[in-house]
Amino acid sequence: MSVASVALAPRVPRPAAAVVVVFVLAIIAVAVPAVFSVFWIRSFTTSVIYAIACAGVGLLYGRLGLVSLGQIALVGVGGWITLRLGHGTSLPYPVLLVASGLGTCVIGVMVGLPALRLSGLNLAIVTLMFAGAFSIVFNATGFPNGGGGFLGPATGSVQPIALERPSLGHSDAGYFRYVVIVAALMFAALAWQLRGRAGRQWAVIRQSEAGALAAGVDTTRSKLRALALVSFTTGVAGGLLAANAGVLDPGNFTPSESILLFAVVLIGGAFSLFGAVLAGLLGQAMPSLLSELGVNGNAILVVFGLSLIHAVSTAPAGIAGQLHALVSKARRETVDGR
Amino acid sequence: MLRVRDLSVSFGGVMPLDDVTFELPDGVCGLVGPNGAGKTTFFNVLSGFVRPSAGAVEADGTSLLSMAPHRRARWGLRRTFQQEQVVHSLSAYDNVRIAADEVGAAGDQVREALAFVGLDDAQRRGRHLTMLERRLTEIARSVVGRPRLVLLDEPGAGLAEEETERLVALIRKIPERFGAQVILVDHDMELVSAVCGNTVVLDFGRVIALGPTADVLSDEHVKRAYLGTEEVV
Repeated sequence: MSVASVALAPRVPRPAAAVVVVFVLAIIAVAVPAVFSVFWIRSFTTSVIYAIACAGVGLLYGRLGLVSLGQIALVGVGGWITLRLGHGTSLPYPVLLVASGLGTCVIGVMVGLPALRLSGLNLAIVTLMFAGAFSIVFNATGFPNGGGGFLGPATGSVQPIALERPSLGHSDAGYFRYVVIVAALMFAALAWQLRGRAGRQWAVIRQSEAGALAAGVDTTRSKLRALALVSFTTGVAGGLLAANAGVLDPGNFTPSESILLFAVVLIGGAFSLFGAVLAGLLGQAMPSLLSELGVNGNAILVVFGLSLIHAVSTAPAGIAGQLHALVSKARRETVDGR
Repeated sequence: MLRVRDLSVSFGGVMPLDDVTFELPDGVCGLVGPNGAGKTTFFNVLSGFVRPSAGAVEADGTSLLSMAPHRRARWGLRRTFQQEQVVHSLSAYDNVRIAADEVGAAGDQVREALAFVGLDDAQRRGRHLTMLERRLTEIARSVVGRPRLVLLDEPGAGLAEEETERLVALIRKIPERFGAQVILVDHDMELVSAVCGNTVVLDFGRVIALGPTADVLSDEHVKRAYLGTEEVV
């Protein structure tokens, strides 16, 4: 058999696929503000922001087998940095986002480095405790919502001052488009890493850490890279959330929110970026839908619980995996029918 | 040339390897013994997954034990496992690229390794490969770049007879084609006889025979050890 006759695997995203993704994003960015009410535009905006965080959870779990229940705390850290710098400096908003990503990256790596020696249930518990610790800090200090001093909480008679949105996203519709573009950049960064050497390393680590070491992979460094990348994108999500309402509330960054985030990732699909988008919609748009229908908000927990049982028992790849299987089946039938 | 001196591994009170000393010349060599003899433990020591309590291992004049596991692989130590380790979500090509990335091997070397094992459609994902194709992919991953010492842990497990014959032909070619020493662990004595010039036999963590494969496998002590009637002192 000659070297030339070895059929090559596809190496990079096909240009046609990238064009389709950009086209779909453009339609979403234009159509959603045109079709939906402000209530729904706001709901979809937070859905897209949480989709970024879900993509991070999915990458850690789906690609590396790491159960992190502390991601919501990192969203809070990113939001804290954005509010602090936003109120304390005159830096433009894109710079705030990058700074939030980098700051969260540093904190995420510092906290995650010792935890990387753990796996499975132990890692889940440690990261949940990490989420709890940050929740306590957020509750004790508040978010820098325009108050005085370094911590800047708006308490007592001090009224919160909303962080100004970027000039391109002053309106709800404009901010939705802004968030979609930033989310697309974050997803592109994740996809770029997943399709390259890092993605292959993560895939073999998930299959077997011994197998990865035997292939020459520095597993600690590779996991650290994933943690740094995910912390960065999650921090950016926190920055987007901070400017969405202009203020942040500690009640949105509790450990139970972290568990809920992990649950919706499992339901949406932890093995693909599309699954993260579905998870973001499930976590943020679904409660809005129930609210519109006049259903008690707590009913969403019942829905998530049942969906989680379904996902764990019959659909480990989540809704995204089921949709992918349906599309693949339809394609095969189309080809066979020709 | 692989030199092992006074190598011991202790798991609490159990000694999977007990003061083992032997040398294996270049080419394909066998490492055999009954279950629990210490074969896989020895591979795990070489790979860096198990830290020995004493001893030294030198391959190609390089001391292996002082290197981190992933650095051993980059030096040229490669291995396969009893359980196949092909990543199901990646193509066969990308499975080989995992090792190629780390050892600095280019795309044409990946294709060379795949051509060597005769895997004709490298686009297929691991989950769609047959057991033979998975074993071939693992061997391609083991020889890509510049391997120096290739450890094959029961590569014929789960294969049919004609598939094993293909594997035999392939393993034989590795030293000449890539300049690497190969150590093969297998319970299939026909496979060991067919490819190994020299063989070392372990039992209860100790060397009970070493030499040309035909002589070793006809040794009465070895036969008794396999039948479970030999008391090793």
